Order: sequence, then structure tokens, then C-alpha cells
Amino acid sequence: MTRHRGRGIASINYPIGMNLGGDPSQALVHSNPSGKFTVALSSIDLGQGMKSVTRQICAETLGVPVEDVYVDTADSDTGPHCMGSFASRGTHRVGNAVMAAAREARGVMMEAAAEELEVNAADLDTDGRGNIHVKGAPHRSISTKDVAIAAQFKQGKTISGRGIFLVPLSEVNPETGEMSPATCYAHACLVAEVDVDDETGEVAMVRMDSAYELGRALNPRLVEQQLVGGAWMGVSHALYETTEPDYPEPAHGPRDFVEYLMPGPGDICPHDIAVLERPAPDGPFGAKGPGEMCANPVLPAVANAIFNAVGVRIDDLPITPEKVLRAIKAQGGARPQARR
Amino acid sequence: MSKVPLQFRHNGRDVAIFVDGGTNLLVALRELIGDMTPKFGCGQGGCGTCSVLIDGELHLSCLTLAETVGGRSIETLDGMKQGPNLHPLQRAFADHFAAQCGYCTPGMLMAAKALLDRNPSPSRDEVIEAISGNICRCTGYEPIINAILAAAGGRVSA
Repeated sequence: MTRHRGRGIASINYPIGMNLGGDPSQALVHSNPSGKFTVALSSIDLGQGMKSVTRQICAETLGVPVEDVYVDTADSDTGPHCMGSFASRGTHRVGNAVMAAAREARGVMMEAAAEELEVNAADLDTDGRGNIHVKGAPHRSISTKDVAIAAQFKQGKTISGRGIFLVPLSEVNPETGEMSPATCYAHACLVAEVDVDDETGEVAMVRMDSAYELGRALNPRLVEQQLVGGAWMGVSHALYETTEPDYPEPAHGPRDFVEYLMPGPGDICPHDIAVLERPAPDGPFGAKGPGEMCANPVLPAVANAIFNAVGVRIDDLPITPEKVLRAIKAQGGARPQARR
Repeated sequence: MSKVPLQFRHNGRDVAIFVDGGTNLLVALRELIGDMTPKFGCGQGGCGTCSVLIDGELHLSCLTLAETVGGRSIETLDGMKQGPNLHPLQRAFADHFAAQCGYCTPGMLMAAKALLDRNPSPSRDEVIEAISGNICRCTGYEPIINAILAAAGGRVSA
């Protein structure tokens, strides 16, 4: 028995969101009489940080403290429409919708403040700490709370805004077959190192090194969380997970967490990640999306690393010990490739 | 099926319930005590999210017959926080982004508590071993392992 070390590389070019039907998401932003703001969304936060990042985007656009913004994703029946949380589209699509809504709400807020301070709205600015002041004259100031109260009880205005982000639908050119299915691409490159046991066919992860280009990282800790967890999911897809039965009989398919295999805490490996920030022209504050694409480069990199280790090319996922062993047997033994 | 009277300590408080014979501890805790912190994942010991401590020892509540815990002391995540203060492990999980969807978190925290209660300064391998019965879908485990090591080393923000 020998364990063979192999190294594989993969690069991906990942389109953010979808194009079919324009991939829209909507957001509504309004202030309460307390001067705090609510963002209404139907976009679901599965723990990936949708609420945190849309809260940041809203606060930054309005010019108010992040503590003054509450994101409500309670009900997709009554909330504004959203296509959903998938395809790495949340930060980009929903973020853009929130930005548009917050921009409109900011306009109303500044008009209401201008009326109270008896100045032109164009001469006003926010300080990001909950106050609106005359540019160059910070002592001529009013709190966003007092503006909200005046709008609500005196001026009869709602400080609110509507936002939608809709990608123009790209038709196929009948002459050339060309189309532009996406407006924004993220990129990644990942190197995987594995050990392949030529007696058992087992593949053990040794380490991963990756670089992700995902626009501006609006919340670096959440981005890191996605990249670390997403790579693990990529390993899981590459080596373990399948809903197909092991034998051609549906009753033998996995039904629960005992039979549906996933790597455990002992199967992870060191993963060194570099995040490259190259702002996207059409992203909210330059952000793309670090969601689904986190898992994608891992699968081809692992498949390439297995080829590098023992010379077998498995093109069917997951790459189970059985497939590796059968392939090694078919080629008459392990054939380690040159290390690069 | 006849009901069986059952008394035990639940997070330091005496409780008395009637359970159907054969009821598992997870159902007793969630449906009869109203403690929703132990989660139902697979119902057959494969995922660890129903983990609780029985007399300080880690157990899968979905595989424990409720009738067997009479007179014993059960700890769940619901009893981990001391008043308004998070337990150092809970603080460390928050600081290290060790939860995303959160479904595995109650079981991870109980497995971590069982470890630190008997071994206050575990090695990385001991932490991995301690949570090896618990599945996490989101984090890739690394943030969870780091959080437990930080809590053990006292490296947690107040």
C-alpha cells in the first residue's frame, strides 16, 4: 500500500446571479417616527449574512449609523418581490435594490430636514452619526430623529424609498448566437493537495490554497466565513455527497445524515485564502457575491489532484474510494504524474 | 400505552412530567418541558444536534429513553447562559463566526461544554474528537474548532 501525494489546480469564472427573466429583486426602505429605518425584503438570510450586508448598504447610503437600521425579512408573501437567495446573487442584486431604495429615502429625508432648517436640501449633508447639517456649518444641524418626527407629525411626509434591481434581459442574437448572460463575474483559483491511498482508494485532503476575486468585500469577516465554509462544501461534493443510490435501486439511496455522507471535523485541512478586491462597476459599493462560487473551484481542483497523484481521471462525482480503486485497477496500478 | 411519571433536574430545576412508555428524551424535553434548544436532526444519532448532558456526560437525547433519566440531572443549551451573560463558549462562537444557519449550534455547544468541563485545556485534536459526532453544513468546522480553543484559552472578549 502506498499513499500518493498529488496537487491539482482549477480556476473559475463565475457569473453573479442569473439572466433569465432579468433576475429582479426589490427593496423598500422607510423611517419610523423614532428616526430609525426599516428595510423590508423577501430575501432570506440563511445565515450567510444577507441581513448584515443589506443593513450596512442601507446605513451607508442613507448616511446614518448602522445601529439605526433594522432589516425585516419576515414574510415573502407581504414583502417586496425577490427571486431568492442563491446563485451568489444576494449581495449584488438585493444590495443594489436596497441602495436604490435608500437613495430615494435619503432624498425625502434631506427635503424634510431642509424644510426644518429653512435651507436648500442640496446644501445639506449627513454626518453618519444620526445628524444632518448644513455643509460647512456643522452647528446648523438637526437629528434624523427630529426630521422623522417633523415629517410624520408636521409635514405629513413618509421618509421612504423604493428600489429594484433588474438586469436587462439578454436576447440571443439570431445571426451569431451570441448573448450576454451576466453583467458581473467573480473569479477564483484554488490549488488542492491530496493523499490517495492506492489500496483503499481513499482520498484525504492535505491542504488548499486559494485566491478569490469577488469585488469589494463589504463585510470581510462574513466573506471569510463564506469562503471557509464553502470550500468545505466543495470538498464534500467532490468526495462524499450524493443522493444517488450506491446500487441501482432507489431504496438503497441515502435517507438521512447517517447514510448521506459528509466530511466531519477530522476530515478538514488547512486552507489559506487570499481575497482580491476589484470593485464591480455595477455592484453595490463595488461588491460582487461570495456565495455559491466558494464551493465551485474545489471540485475540479480535487479531481485534478487525484489525477496528479495516481494518474486516474475520474469525471463522475462524487469521487468515491470505489471509483478510484476501479480506475487504478483498470490502468494496472497507480501512475503518479509529475509534480509541478 | 400507559403514562409513566418521571422526575429529573432540568438545568438546575426539578421537573415532573408524565411520558408515554418509549418516549425519547428529545421529545420529552421539546414537547413536554418546552425546551426547544435541543434540535431534531436525524432521530437516529447521526448528526448530534440533539446533544444534551446527563449528569455531566454528553448524550444524544434522540437515542435516550426518557424513562432512563429519572432522578438524573439534564443540562441543555437553554441553561448555558448565566442570567444576561453569555457563557464563554457562546461568546467565543459569536466572536469566531462559528454559526451560520445555527441548526447544529446547540449540539456543538453542548459537546464543547462536555469537553471543557472535564478537560479545560484541550489540544486541537481533542477538540476535533469531541465534536466528531456533530455535523455542521455551513462553517467547514474550522471556525467552531477555533472558537472552542479560544474559550478554553480564556481568549474571549467580555
